[in-house]
Amino acid sequence: MLTIQDLHATVGGKEILRGLTLSVKPGEVHAIMGPNGAGKSTLGNVLAGREGYEVTGGSVQFEGKDLLALEPEDRAAEGVFLAFQYPVEIPGVNNTYFLRAALNAQRRYRGESELDSMQFLKRVREKMSVLHMRDDLLHRAVNEGFSGGEKKRNEIFQMAVLEPKLAILDETDSGLDIDALKLVAEGVNLMRSPTRALLVITHYQRLLDYIKPDFVHVLAEGRIVESGGPELALELEQHGYAWVKDRIAP
Amino acid sequence: MSALLDSLQASFDAMPDSAVNALGLGNLRRAAMRQAIRDGLPTQRNERWKYTGLRALSARRFVAAAAAPLLHPAALDDIPSPRLVFVNGIFDAALSKLQELPEGVTLGALSAAKALPTQDLQALFSRTFEATDEAFARVNAALASDGAVLMIAANSQVEAPLHLVFVGTPASDDIASHLRHAIVLDDGSRLTLVEHHVCVGNHRHLASHLVDVRLGKGSSLVHARIQDEDAGATLISRTDAQVGADASYQRLDLDMGGALSRLELNILLAGDRARLISGGALLAGGRRHSDTRLAVTHAARDTQCNLLWRGLAADRARVAFFGGITIQVGADGSDARLSNKNLLLSEGAEIDTQPVLQIHADEVKAAHGATVGRLDATSLFYLRSRGIPAAEARALLTQAFCREALASIGDLSLVEMLSPRLEARLATLEATS
Repeated sequence: MLTIQDLHATVGGKEILRGLTLSVKPGEVHAIMGPNGAGKSTLGNVLAGREGYEVTGGSVQFEGKDLLALEPEDRAAEGVFLAFQYPVEIPGVNNTYFLRAALNAQRRYRGESELDSMQFLKRVREKMSVLHMRDDLLHRAVNEGFSGGEKKRNEIFQMAVLEPKLAILDETDSGLDIDALKLVAEGVNLMRSPTRALLVITHYQRLLDYIKPDFVHVLAEGRIVESGGPELALELEQHGYAWVKDRIAP
Repeated sequence: MSALLDSLQASFDAMPDSAVNALGLGNLRRAAMRQAIRDGLPTQRNERWKYTGLRALSARRFVAAAAAPLLHPAALDDIPSPRLVFVNGIFDAALSKLQELPEGVTLGALSAAKALPTQDLQALFSRTFEATDEAFARVNAALASDGAVLMIAANSQVEAPLHLVFVGTPASDDIASHLRHAIVLDDGSRLTLVEHHVCVGNHRHLASHLVDVRLGKGSSLVHARIQDEDAGATLISRTDAQVGADASYQRLDLDMGGALSRLELNILLAGDRARLISGGALLAGGRRHSDTRLAVTHAARDTQCNLLWRGLAADRARVAFFGGITIQVGADGSDARLSNKNLLLSEGAEIDTQPVLQIHADEVKAAHGATVGRLDATSLFYLRSRGIPAAEARALLTQAFCREALASIGDLSLVEMLSPRLEARLATLEATS
């Protein structure tokens, strides 16, 4: 589904990704762990196509397409979803209106018929009950006045409505207390399917207690330096990232 | 003398005596014209015209319209009745729909109404304009021989909105039209009024409007002004309103079209607890120049104003905004708020904003803020990352940016009616930036 080859990227002229290689198949859950500054969030932003993140080398294939050649909106319509580390508040844009505009724009791109407001509301209601979202969040402006937990849950809710093929969760656990974390993880787990892949970017092992990864990768200095199964996350938790640094020392 | 004033003087000289002397205003009209010619057009050295140069306009000549051109009624299909229609400044009885006016409503064209409240109009129109930079008001006072007369009787509650429609259409010469309007709400009455300034076809006319609004005790006026004119038009518009005790003036200005537009709102909160809510959206693309000047005066106790204005400039357009609030001696307990936020959508665009607050009273609340910024890149990326194409995402954000100002009018059905027009203009602003 996703093949990243020797990816190099700079932010503000500074090289952050330095030859990252990763392959993700449908149905798999990959966790990307690493110390601060390793390039975790840069990876998510580069995949989603954020301005200011310049790819200087390597390639990213998504479902056989050159992902890096696509505009951010086209990447979304192809099935890539980024759950933001810091979801953006957009005053004046209604949450429901925004989500329907997004879903229908994606459907237009894929040549599918748009959902009318009845069909859309039906889908929204289903996902809301699953995620225990409060009704009033739908009527508010996008993320405006949402608590930290509500914002993160809104990201997962958007993901549930948009049904991407590949979801990238960028430090979705940051700033969440344990109850909020469980709720978010529960929502993510409901999204797991044989046709959908998840890339879970996190600093802490804690989230992986609730979202069980198939693979764990350690990102350091812009490259994946270690890959393994879930046990790798536990090892990291015990030894800390210093342990990784020792291992990559030339 | 400038070509502009020269051509306006010629129009004045050609006015029939009956028009000059109507309502016994002959001497005042002649004096106003003389003053305008004597002082000329204001230059940018004048503080009140700092951001708007009139050199190009002053070199142009305009003629007075002879008769209203025929306009197909279908062109105004989307404007409901009751409505009063002027085409190129000439009253159009056929397009107007004045049947079944609600009780307590007097609405008609000054030139055509049968039973005019002559004394009231004389009193309103006998004002003089003493500042040397009031050239357009003086010219209007001299030349305007028509306009809307709207009077609401005491305690009349008018439910359905009334519409004043001003249409510009192509003509062989560039036309200057001058209309003077009187809007008087007697004590305890209530009204919603919408001014439409629209075009059917391209033109380069000059339209000048001078509006006098008087709100009696406890009355309430919702007044929207939609300026959706042709990109070649010049629009000079001034409203002078006096708001009586416990009266409320809710005003919305959508300033979206015209090559050059100047809007002046002079609002006097004259009676205790008088209240003004003024929202506005200024949209400028291409090489459009939009200049707005608010002057709100708190002259009585416990008066309130809330000014919510938004400006957007794209291409090489220019938006200038001046928000002046004066709280006079004795206007204790006044509450004044001004928020002016602006978005620059292109490198070549320019926005100038100047909020000015002068307080001469005690125990007042006053807050003002003005910002100029760009569309937030993070918000834009957030929307696009969900699949919304860039142009649509920008439109969503600019609509959201204007929404608060639009909603400030309070009347939801009016907001619903005006939103699509604002959105359509925002879309063209985006497309060209």
